[in-house]
Amino acid sequence: MVHIDLWKRILIWGLCVIGLFLAMPNLFYDRVETHNDAVQTIEKQGSSPELEALEGAWPSWLPSDLVNLGLDLRGGAHLLAEVRMEEVYEARITGLWPQVRDALRPLRDTVGSIRRQNSPKDQLKIRIGNPEGMEQALQTVRGLATPVASLSGGGGQDIEVSAQGDVMTIQLSDAEKAASDERTVQQALEIIRRRIDEVGTREPTIQRQGTDRILIQVPGLGSAQELKDIIGTTAQLTFQPVVSRGSSADAQPGIGEEVLPAMDEEGVYYTLTEAPVVTGEDLVDAQPSFDQNGRPAVNFRFDGAGARKFGDYTAENIGNPFAIVLDDEVISAPVIQSHIPGGSGIITGNFSVEESTNLAVLLRAGALPAGLDFLEERTIGPELGADSIKAGQIACIVAFVAVLVFMLASYGLFGLFANIALLINVGLIFGLLSTIGATLTLPGIAGIVLTIGMAVDANVLIFERIREEAKTARGPARAIELGYEKAISAIADANITTFLTAVILFVMGSGPVRGFAITLGLGIITSVFTAIYVTRLLIVMWFERRRPKTLEV
Amino acid sequence: MAMKRLRLVPRDTSWDFFSRSKLWLGISAFMMVLALVSFGVRGLNYGIDFRGGTTIRTESAEPVVVGDYRDALQGLELGDVLISEVYDPSFGPDKNVAMVRIQAQNETESVSSDTIAQVEAALQEVAPDIQFLSVESVGPKVSGELIWTAAIAVLLAIGAVLVYIWLRFEWQFAVGAVLALVHDVVLTLGIFSELQLKFDLAIIAALLTIVGYSLNDTVVVFDRVRENLRKFKKMELKEVLNLSINETLSRTMMTSVTTLIALIALIVLGGDVIRGFVFAMTWGVIVGTYSSIFVASAILLRLGVKRDWSKPDANAGTQFADIDA
Repeated sequence: MVHIDLWKRILIWGLCVIGLFLAMPNLFYDRVETHNDAVQTIEKQGSSPELEALEGAWPSWLPSDLVNLGLDLRGGAHLLAEVRMEEVYEARITGLWPQVRDALRPLRDTVGSIRRQNSPKDQLKIRIGNPEGMEQALQTVRGLATPVASLSGGGGQDIEVSAQGDVMTIQLSDAEKAASDERTVQQALEIIRRRIDEVGTREPTIQRQGTDRILIQVPGLGSAQELKDIIGTTAQLTFQPVVSRGSSADAQPGIGEEVLPAMDEEGVYYTLTEAPVVTGEDLVDAQPSFDQNGRPAVNFRFDGAGARKFGDYTAENIGNPFAIVLDDEVISAPVIQSHIPGGSGIITGNFSVEESTNLAVLLRAGALPAGLDFLEERTIGPELGADSIKAGQIACIVAFVAVLVFMLASYGLFGLFANIALLINVGLIFGLLSTIGATLTLPGIAGIVLTIGMAVDANVLIFERIREEAKTARGPARAIELGYEKAISAIADANITTFLTAVILFVMGSGPVRGFAITLGLGIITSVFTAIYVTRLLIVMWFERRRPKTLEV
Repeated sequence: MAMKRLRLVPRDTSWDFFSRSKLWLGISAFMMVLALVSFGVRGLNYGIDFRGGTTIRTESAEPVVVGDYRDALQGLELGDVLISEVYDPSFGPDKNVAMVRIQAQNETESVSSDTIAQVEAALQEVAPDIQFLSVESVGPKVSGELIWTAAIAVLLAIGAVLVYIWLRFEWQFAVGAVLALVHDVVLTLGIFSELQLKFDLAIIAALLTIVGYSLNDTVVVFDRVRENLRKFKKMELKEVLNLSINETLSRTMMTSVTTLIALIALIVLGGDVIRGFVFAMTWGVIVGTYSSIFVASAILLRLGVKRDWSKPDANAGTQFADIDA
């Protein structure tokens, strides 16, 4: 007999209600968006009456997740950049030469003259005057190698040194290249993220793609060129003397002083001497490390000029704090513990390993670590996006109404049930899209329209089957039961295969195509759910009430 | 409740779909050859996703004079420049849209902003009120990769389907289904090369959807074939196939028609940006519906199929299937 347990009924209706509830904010897109923007601004900059009013446009106890609109719908700029890794290798190799020369100089007696030779840019070739001294020269230069510093910790030295006759070749090891690639891309990502955050646009996408590429999408930006300009500007890193530390942004700075907020501590402001002691341009390197007590810290190193200035200043100011300032925010204000003569130092604080890593990245992040090649750039005007949304909406509604009418005409009451399920289905798709924060693109809208067309398929399969079974089965209840039972295998096979292609699209595709794969995949899940469970529940409820003797499918 | 129902096919059909199956297979094979010839001779009209280059979408109140646009860009020495006007019923008389396509300018990178600025300035000379709705530029390095990923995606999809159906049914079914898919994909490529429609990433998505859809249809028929093979053990395979197709015909038509209704709404009203994409899908639904009946089943008939389904899958396929005491 047709029967569905009470708990199942509650579960089915519950899922539908939750899904529709989550989808609801999309009906009031502009209002919810204003609310969300206001909430974000308040978080960042504190509250004001106007912002409170904007926030009040949407009750905070209602869900406020929206479907993200892709660039093709909202307009904006898209860039795919490739980091020129070779530049980093070259810089490293070039930097090695003085070091190697200085190391070999004391061995003049055994190795003879030391001359740099022409070589490919990622190699350092050195000819020594006395080939018999090669063994010792190699040993000395190998002593300069340091273990590869990488998160994966895969050992090995950073340089490879080999010799042929009287020529020594030094190059970066593969492990070091990999670690360097990793650092460079992370650094570039971090810088780009900071640059774009500063502009304060909504929901930028900054993603790493493959080993050496970065995808940047910023909605609402006028052109890809504008985006390139933003990325191009360099971060300002300075080391400034601290005058005082306070909790108010309105503190009165003296002449030649300024008040800057702390980056991580809320409500903390520093008054600083405006003229920096050293700037980021003097910094050559910063690496995460540990202090003598094993706590996470950051090592940094200045070039010659910076080292002198920094050494003089620290000698005179032991016990005073000085501030590390990045783009007008104080990253940290450590106290100078001792004279730092060599131009390198260590920043300690209450860091976690992750924080020290980030700080090191930020310190290095003054300028992009290497040049970028722009492989792909797209600018989509907001008008075009708006047109696309409008066209998509109209097409959706027309498709929807046409399918509803068609189903009603073909299956009567059962068609109506299928239609209710279809409405819930589209609601659920939007609910899911909002919840997982997926992006809706123009092909994505096409995916929804296609789902509308195909979603009825499962119901059609079931209804056709019930029709067939009604001819032979004993009584309508049995026909309904058999109809569902026998249609299931076809529904499962058909949807699993389509789902397979959606997954492949998702994995292989990018951008708009991926948006299409998401709506298609979600559409398959929700349509199977609504077609099997929701219509069945509707039919059973109708059946219990009416107890019809014959079925009019 | 005795409402008159809409019916796409009569209540109980017993049409013979295989009386001319050779003819249908012949036609399909011929069309595929035509499609491949067209593909080989004319080639696909690849969009910038696949060949690199730049497209600029312009809009102006003045009508687009393609010749003027071309003259304006001639002096810039950009190589291959293609200008085409875009039509859509939703555009009013004061909305004239054109697409300008410029070939890639170097080996890896997208077109430089300077070049784009030059192009925009040149076009502004011709049509002062011109607006640039979108500018997209893809470097040849990426486009080369994109085309490979796309081809692999399509092959992977077909491969996955082959394996799935093989596991769920028998190898004959899998071969039939996959040949039907290949048929659909080839015919879609054929119409795109014959009509020289723009072939870009979105079309690959459409192709994969066609694969999914056509398969959907094929699987429903096959599922019924499997059921009927168990039910009517003595019936001839041809009869079983015919019966199965007739039984599912009503559903096949219903689903195709609802999907087509939705797609036609998109073609007419969805705007020109996705028209190519939707066209591919519409074509695919029509071809896919045809192929699931006239290609997949016809091939299944030719390959024959195991008839003893009495003990469904209990031991089948394991090494102990035929063990004797």
